[in-house]
Amino acid sequence: MAKVEMTVNGKTVSGEVEGRTLLSDFIRGGLQLTGTHVGCDTSQCGACVVHVNGQAVKSCTMFAAEAEGAEVTTIEGIGGNDGSLSTVQQAFQDYHGLQCGFCTPGMVMSATALLKDNPKPTEAEIREYLEGNICRCTGYHNIVKAIMAASGQDVGAIAAE
Amino acid sequence: MYNFDIVRPSSVADAVAALGEEDAQALGGGQTLIPTLKQRLASPAKLVSLAGIAEMKGVCTGDDGVLCIGGGTTHGTVAAEATAYPALAALAGNIGDPAVRNRGTIGGSLANNDPSACYPSAALASGATIVTNTREIAADDFFEGMFTTALNEGEIICEVRFPVPEKANYQKFEQPASRFALVGVFVAKYADGVRVAVTGASNDGVFRWTEAEAALSSNFSSSALDGMSVSSDDMIADMHGSAAYRAHLVGVMTKRAVAAAG
Repeated sequence: MAKVEMTVNGKTVSGEVEGRTLLSDFIRGGLQLTGTHVGCDTSQCGACVVHVNGQAVKSCTMFAAEAEGAEVTTIEGIGGNDGSLSTVQQAFQDYHGLQCGFCTPGMVMSATALLKDNPKPTEAEIREYLEGNICRCTGYHNIVKAIMAASGQDVGAIAAE
Repeated sequence: MYNFDIVRPSSVADAVAALGEEDAQALGGGQTLIPTLKQRLASPAKLVSLAGIAEMKGVCTGDDGVLCIGGGTTHGTVAAEATAYPALAALAGNIGDPAVRNRGTIGGSLANNDPSACYPSAALASGATIVTNTREIAADDFFEGMFTTALNEGEIICEVRFPVPEKANYQKFEQPASRFALVGVFVAKYADGVRVAVTGASNDGVFRWTEAEAALSSNFSSSALDGMSVSSDDMIADMHGSAAYRAHLVGVMTKRAVAAAG
């Protein structure tokens, strides 16, 4: 066991981890921040996406020890301190960008990372960026709409499928 | 996963020293190694994370026009910064998905030499030089078959040097579930000839299609490849495609790459 210390959602946290402890396990089990979901545990589904030093990563495919000293943001740190939703979260609600909600934390984290780098993405860019986030309910359509809306773009331009 | 210790050296020298210990293994971005560890297909006693070594990161262009990429540079950084070699930047920007590209590294990909990975084809088609902590290895001597390279135990890829071609393009026929190449072909045209490297197809891993290289060196046009085909004898056959299918795709993707390179 070794001590690891990092900043999660603006707070300095620390804990004892094994070498094999995944960042997702540390976040969920160690910090009890269970908004980060583990769907496949094989780096395919993207439900576990968090931001490490501002970049979207799959927290099930990174060791907690590798996040020593890092700035980590999870879904719990995306909204306002008063519990208000972020622009992306609000758009997911407004456009019904979820059904069961399991993939939603990863979707929101990926969408937030996309809009940071590319504030006005095209529909094709959104779909391409979400290649690593799998949703089994929505068919992605309302998710794409929500992200278009969150970026202040016309949602009506997206053809129904 | 079996348990292990992780160390995070901040210099190549410290990493090499740590890798000298028994059952120590280098950890790049972990996008292949971590899933491998989860399946208990590897059981190192110690992982030496290379992610904190600043001297192994970054993209720069040397005075001789050669693009140099640190071994610990992520695919995402190569996609954004390898502007001097657009075909290479495009290849990097289409590996896996965005979150994978924020962790996976060029050195890790080349050292692993997955037979379906993208980067080995770029290195081989470009005649790149793989610079390790002890020596420089020509790409032609580096890849030694599926998951096998010329690297010795504990040897680290510190930098990869790509001579920038006049024209180049990479075409990947994607296996849609994994986003690895079912077949990928990298074509690079230099003043002294054309190089064609194929990934995803052969049981021996990445290889040069020398017959196509000769034809394209005298006539850089997709029609130069008309009637040409590779043997399916050593091609990978799996649930995603037969050997004959892959052999056929090699021709198709090479033509597409030549056409796209212009």
